[in-house]
Amino acid sequence: MAVLEVQNIRKSFGELEVLQGIDFSLEKGETLAIIGSSGSGKTTLLRCLNFLETLDAGRIIVNGEQLLDAGDARKLSDAEIRRDRLHFGLVFQSFNLFPQYTALQNVMLAPTLQLKEQKDAPTDRKAALAQIETRAKALLEQVGLDEKLHYYPHQLSGGQQQRVAIARALILEPDILCFDEPTSALDPELTGEVLKVIRALAEEHMTMVIVTHEMAFARSVADQVIFMDGGVIVEQGTPEEVFGSTQQERTKQFLARYNEKA
Amino acid sequence: MFQTVINALNQGFFKSLEIFVLTLIGAIPLGLIISFGSRSVFKPLKYLVKTIVWVVRGTPLMLQLLIIYYGPGMLLKNNWWGSGDEGRFVAAIIAFIINYACYFSEIFRGGIEAIPRGQYEAGQVLGMTKSQIFFKVTLLQVIKRIVPPMGNEIITLVKDTSLARIISVYELIWAGQRFIKGSGLIWPLFFTGVYYLVFNGLLTLLLGWVEKKLDYFRV
Repeated sequence: MAVLEVQNIRKSFGELEVLQGIDFSLEKGETLAIIGSSGSGKTTLLRCLNFLETLDAGRIIVNGEQLLDAGDARKLSDAEIRRDRLHFGLVFQSFNLFPQYTALQNVMLAPTLQLKEQKDAPTDRKAALAQIETRAKALLEQVGLDEKLHYYPHQLSGGQQQRVAIARALILEPDILCFDEPTSALDPELTGEVLKVIRALAEEHMTMVIVTHEMAFARSVADQVIFMDGGVIVEQGTPEEVFGSTQQERTKQFLARYNEKA
Repeated sequence: MFQTVINALNQGFFKSLEIFVLTLIGAIPLGLIISFGSRSVFKPLKYLVKTIVWVVRGTPLMLQLLIIYYGPGMLLKNNWWGSGDEGRFVAAIIAFIINYACYFSEIFRGGIEAIPRGQYEAGQVLGMTKSQIFFKVTLLQVIKRIVPPMGNEIITLVKDTSLARIISVYELIWAGQRFIKGSGLIWPLFFTGVYYLVFNGLLTLLLGWVEKKLDYFRV
């Protein structure tokens, strides 16, 4: 069964229809790369999945459970949106770490707040907190930052900040982890360390949706590739099909422009 | 004589200090409420609040003191403030609070609006509630941003307390000036300056200390 099904998502900003009916599905453990030029609707699609935008139409189904049907007249409550969006994690282009917290505190904040909120709280809060700290440290080690636990964001490079952001998303154990151009704000020499972490996650079969301009990376790491243009999916297939043997004129043009740059 | 002057100045200074402290206590929460009003999505409220802020910031505090003190009695034939020192003092405090709350509200609004959207969105995708995002993510960043402009306003307030004398609140400068007429002494008036200087010096040290405390992160 598909872990994520997206059906006929539509979204307009005023007159501009940014998403004109997007459908796709994703199997558990798969990595989906979404490519396309700026303004093609890739980022809006990710923001819709993470409930940062409201849909005009369409349905989002996770693990067979319908989270959202824009046709449904009933508006989701804040509590429902909070619960639903925890199926997803999102890593931003601009990291968005919380500047007043250390790397470790950034990773621990959300699960700690969840613990405090629980009504049937575990009897031993200290043990539960210690467990969160252990997990946070393990995740930061996994992204190669065990030396930087107590550094503040401004003391870290962009690549390091982005790796903290990945650990911060992972600690909530999302079903689907989304990346919105995770390396676009980085100096070229720093993209490698972030891509390496994402590649390792793909190898562990984390289910991921990655919006990226790194074509070589998308080709080598993704199980599925979607090429978007003008708010529609132009082409969808394996990396071989999209990068290797596309029959679509628009895809060819897009890839040719990229190859020129490279 | 020296002791007489110092006693009088001390008394005046304590009156000024009272105005200062009560204004801060009233204007900070009221300013926060006004800043929410000026960010309201309900347009009529937003424009009403913005108009009030415009009028209050656009006219002299001295004029506001006079209107608030004399207005009710002259226009409504009903002197809310009662007679005597007590009434004038209450009217002065109300005028100061309204005036400073409007200035503070603009500082708060600027501080809140300067927080990047990404901070809220990062909190949202991590499943935080609106209040968790406010208290755990944005509040400290806002405070860090507003400490320097608030410091300016607070130091201005120390000196503005002297305006209260226009409705005969017996604050520090009034206490010093009395000796010119009464005893032909000018130095007590100069001496009031020392009070302001020392007090503002202490405030500057305190504000510097707060800024330093928040220096461990960047926004």
